[in-house]
Amino acid sequence: MDTINLKIDNKPVVVKKGTTILEAASGIGIDIPTLCHMKLDDMNIENKPGGCRICVVEVNGRRNLAPACCTEANDGMEINTHSMRVINARRTVMELILSDHPFDCLICAKSGNCELQDMAHKLGIREIRYQGEQSTYREDTSPAIIRDVDKCIMCRRCETMCNEVQTVGVLSAINRGFQSVVSPAFEMNLDHSVCTYCGQCVAVCPTGALTEVDETGKVVRALSDPAKTVIVQTAPAVRAALGEEFGMEAGTLVTGKLVAALRRLGFDHVFDTDFAADLTIMEEGTELLNRLGKFLEGDKDVKLPILTSCCPAWVKFFEHQFPEMKDIPSSARSPQQMFGAIAKTYFADKLEIKREDMVVVSIMPCVAKKYECSRDEFKTNGNPDVDLVLTTRELAALIKLSNIDFKTLPSEDFDHPLGESTGAGVIFGTTGGVIEAAVRTAYEIHTKKKLPKLDFDELRGMEGIREATIDFNGLPIRIGIAHGLGNARKLLEDIQAGKSEFHAIEIMSCPGGCIGGGGQPYHHGNASILKKRQMALYTEDKNKTIRKSHENPYILKLYDEFLGKPMSEKAHHLLHTAYFDRT
Amino acid sequence: MPKIKLAENTIELIQEICVEFENKESELINVLHKVQGKLGYLPAEVQEVIARELKMSVAKVYGVVTFYSFFTMIPQGEFPISVCMGTACYVRGAEQVLAEFKRQLKVEVGESTEDGKFSINCLRCVGACGLAPVVTVGEKVFGRVAPSDVKKIIAEYREGCTENIKTA
Repeated sequence: MDTINLKIDNKPVVVKKGTTILEAASGIGIDIPTLCHMKLDDMNIENKPGGCRICVVEVNGRRNLAPACCTEANDGMEINTHSMRVINARRTVMELILSDHPFDCLICAKSGNCELQDMAHKLGIREIRYQGEQSTYREDTSPAIIRDVDKCIMCRRCETMCNEVQTVGVLSAINRGFQSVVSPAFEMNLDHSVCTYCGQCVAVCPTGALTEVDETGKVVRALSDPAKTVIVQTAPAVRAALGEEFGMEAGTLVTGKLVAALRRLGFDHVFDTDFAADLTIMEEGTELLNRLGKFLEGDKDVKLPILTSCCPAWVKFFEHQFPEMKDIPSSARSPQQMFGAIAKTYFADKLEIKREDMVVVSIMPCVAKKYECSRDEFKTNGNPDVDLVLTTRELAALIKLSNIDFKTLPSEDFDHPLGESTGAGVIFGTTGGVIEAAVRTAYEIHTKKKLPKLDFDELRGMEGIREATIDFNGLPIRIGIAHGLGNARKLLEDIQAGKSEFHAIEIMSCPGGCIGGGGQPYHHGNASILKKRQMALYTEDKNKTIRKSHENPYILKLYDEFLGKPMSEKAHHLLHTAYFDRT
Repeated sequence: MPKIKLAENTIELIQEICVEFENKESELINVLHKVQGKLGYLPAEVQEVIARELKMSVAKVYGVVTFYSFFTMIPQGEFPISVCMGTACYVRGAEQVLAEFKRQLKVEVGESTEDGKFSINCLRCVGACGLAPVVTVGEKVFGRVAPSDVKKIIAEYREGCTENIKTA
């Protein structure tokens, strides 16, 4: 293997051939600042257009400064990362970027979380010596994402996520020179494009150019309306990440504090989307077994593999890009929407209130959920099953606004009946979790035997596409898992080409699944945070006394009192949906 | 997404051009060049067909179309007028010539007249600096154009005696 010897800031370092100066420096504790560069380790996600020039360094013998993120280390190089020339150049670059950036930091949605702001601070910028024209583009508001491209610094991270990782292809750099900007084709609005609202562009944007639609004001208004019963559901991935917003270590489980905070905010009932995840497993698992049963009986028309349908960005993706395959995904609604439908029927009946007097708020790791709840099929006489969706980040903002000291909150339990859940519901928040939860239930229903062990390590991990075969008492069930829509596309193309041998496939749009959702606390390019959140969910699953959806007593009671059995007519009406060709 | 409303044979023409370049994404610029040569411009619907044929996102196609000033999404007039704004032409009064074309035709740079006869564009140097300022109408080159010549040039084309001019 070829090794390279070089010196960075007088420190000798040995690296593999092909290593960039940036990577070589970071290996010996030298943190060269970058703005456009982003690398998510182990996920094959890298953005290095070499565009911002913040990472320039001085290489002995080289005439100009070199961008560290995209210059390979060479033998004998002597590099200075903080000479006066470098610092001056870096500051000049920063001042030029800032000369075409709005100065509304105090009231910007990204304030306090902005990488540009942090960089200005780090470089000690105290004045901007350059003045000139400022970009003025219109703001583009969609049901989930706001584009305010005056704040764009052309780092192109969103483009990398949208095109290379997600293969959605909505965002591209357009025009030239000062006029250039990242935009959908023909400068159309996002809501006219094939955008899935996965929010991965928002997750990586270093500035306030891409943010979620803020609904905190509407939630505060609902909470202060005495005529409304306001109930809240919280998705599995939220509890594994919310603590980060309050300075807690990544991967800290804050389930009990989360419940306490929601109660202090004034929600009348604090429920768990995990309950609806268990319900999803009952419906989706039954659908899988029905299709499998027909297939085994020799029915040639049965659609296999069955694909999961919990993820709204994934649903919108196949509606736009693979409409001819819209019969393949499970017809089961997502847990968020199942929860809303049950809350505004079963639970509203129990409270003896009208659905119009109930407000259902969701706390989600996701921005696409904001769009999902606005879909017409999830409304009754114009009243949506889920009224408002807050991201994990928005909830943190609301908690801070309400003077709640999150870290010192006691641990509290969810309310009944829609707050009781199993370990299977918890792992919905990570890639591999939905299918593992489905396997636990489908196995026991199909084989009528108890599972010898509940941890399916073969379904876990972070690789973009995974496959495994689970033995259903002599019947081998082939399972595929994809996270990231680019990986989903590969599996779909295999199905189209007749090359797929899977019985069931789980798809989540975001890298890592919901733990890496577009509404989660910003990871700022640190992929280890996602792994810690994943571990947190598996820990919560392990700590649960009940870990199989079909053993959740409140789910059994719901079927007994209200729905009948899985896939019943009532269940069909409330818990299933249809998909549309959006081409 | 704007709905495709292109004529069948236009779609076929675009498809043929894409096939000629083996439907390769890397040939996008050549495909755009040739399609614009045939159709005169690259409207959204055409870009969508090209994106589909080359299996790439329409946003990327639009990105390239808007990057290069040669590509246009606006239909060109029957007689596309280009005023050279290269250094030699500029210092010898191209700007006044351009202003006169804009005034007479009542259109801005990049636009076409309502009757579709004329469009105005700027270009950079046709390699005839000795004739500065230079104006081209279609393939024909006019040299040493003064603002006072503009009316005559337009009239020649408008009155339909274009055959002689084209072959001149």
